[in-house]
Amino acid sequence: MSRCAAMTRAAQLLSLCGGFAWLCLVLPGCGRGGHGHALVLAGSTSVQPIAELIAEHYELEHHDRPVNVQGGGSTAGVKAATEGAADIGMSSRKLKDDEKDLEAIAIAMDAVALVVNPANPITDLSKEQVAGIYVGDLTRWGELGVEGLIGGRTDAITVVTREEGSGTRSAFEEGVMGKADISPRALVQDSTGTVRAIVASDPNAIGYISLGMVTSEVKAVTYNGVLPCEQTVESGAYALARPFLFLTRGAPSRAAQDFIDYALGVEGQRLVVQAGCVPVGGESE
Amino acid sequence: MRARRGEALIERVLLFLALSAVAMLGLIAVFIFLQGLPIMLEHGPGSFLLGMRWAPTKGGFGLLPMILSSVIVTLGAMVIAVPLGLACAIFLSEIAPRRVANLVRPAIQLLAGIPSVVFGFIGILIVVPLIRNYLGGPGLSVLAATIILGIMVLPTLISIAEDAIEAVPKPYKEGAMALGCTHSQAIFGVMLPAARGGILAAIILAMGRAVGETMAVIMVIGNAAIIPQSPLDPARTLTSNIALEMGYAAGEHQKALFATGVVLFVFIMILNSVATLRVVRGDRR
Repeated sequence: MSRCAAMTRAAQLLSLCGGFAWLCLVLPGCGRGGHGHALVLAGSTSVQPIAELIAEHYELEHHDRPVNVQGGGSTAGVKAATEGAADIGMSSRKLKDDEKDLEAIAIAMDAVALVVNPANPITDLSKEQVAGIYVGDLTRWGELGVEGLIGGRTDAITVVTREEGSGTRSAFEEGVMGKADISPRALVQDSTGTVRAIVASDPNAIGYISLGMVTSEVKAVTYNGVLPCEQTVESGAYALARPFLFLTRGAPSRAAQDFIDYALGVEGQRLVVQAGCVPVGGESE
Repeated sequence: MRARRGEALIERVLLFLALSAVAMLGLIAVFIFLQGLPIMLEHGPGSFLLGMRWAPTKGGFGLLPMILSSVIVTLGAMVIAVPLGLACAIFLSEIAPRRVANLVRPAIQLLAGIPSVVFGFIGILIVVPLIRNYLGGPGLSVLAATIILGIMVLPTLISIAEDAIEAVPKPYKEGAMALGCTHSQAIFGVMLPAARGGILAAIILAMGRAVGETMAVIMVIGNAAIIPQSPLDPARTLTSNIALEMGYAAGEHQKALFATGVVLFVFIMILNSVATLRVVRGDRR
């Protein structure tokens, strides 16, 4: 009898748990829209670390104004700003023509740096050479004047690129490739970290990554004779520079404006430098 | 009376929960097809299934390289996994003393519990450099993915094949040995043919696992959207195509990834139905 009661209790418990599981699945779908008064930033994963750093310091000074930073990519950032899903969208590429109705404010400058393995003696690549490598016309380091083997079994270039849709890739394509397609034979990686890891471990590899992400594991080469660094990006001498943008639809709300002012202020720009990027004078695009 | 009503209620709730689990599967299928089919029909299924050029932001939606790569990598993994797995299953069910089997079996189950990202990590740190240094090419290749997948599907293959062999009625073996067969003759001449249906099901389910594996494959295969000409070439499977580009995809690009999902879904459905049919037929025999 008591065993029977226990079974019933177990069955009730199971039903209860099941019902709860069901509620968990359904409720989050209904309860959208009420996310307090947090300022929401969403978009480029290249801008995200800088925005998070700035948000962290901003919240220390303004306890009553939480800031919520999300990733998703530049395209998602443009979409979020357009649709109002985020107060501020983040983009690591310039706006396309049909996106120009958004207000864009550059909070930092970045550059796409071309990186090779430290064992590779090459120091400079021209735009034509880089395009040739990525189109697939130049396949051996020997064709670029590198004598002998760098360290591998052959001197065949291992071309590493980012995946379709990446902001870094579109900045690279716009600056280097023009209308030409990147060879489908290139290795495709979905993050700056993995591109860097491959270039660091394969002596024949070449890749492109955000300037802020260049470490001593890889060697940044000069592009058309210009080294990517703060001075050349700021002066505009380095050709593969790109802005990190905050996007708003129409004029920013007061809370958003306050955060943007903070990012453009002395403290915000100090954090931009700390994150490895190039500060801006504060003028909007 | 009250108890009976409670009973009926519990049954009703359990029925509802069971149906909601099935409904979720249905919803997922409907969602994938709703998202993926329109773009396939708009551009013609032929351009998806037979197209060679994958450039989704520029209107190239050819999935053929990915379809073929998925097939090649899966079959390659089977070449590695089937001999190893079958040998292990035979050893466990027929030859190993109980104490040894009780050590080996949990070890294999542990293998199933290792997260796929760990397999990928081992692939990047060990398999890829070995291939690059001793065989050539970029290292990130079909061969690397084949080896990693071959190991990953072993637990599935071994446990189902072992069950199939143990399900063969005892008199089969006893009869064979009474007629003068040695133990190994009885295993290969009588037991394995009798367990053929279950073993085939094990292989097909392992194939399903290999087709669906994503993370480990992305990390070691190089992700170039080409038809590989040699095991040392990089390639891209259907799953890695989706996971690689999902983060930043928008608009048609995103729909094209859902279309990739449709192809994958059909792929897995076919494999699973074949496996189910095999098991049913095997049982009848």
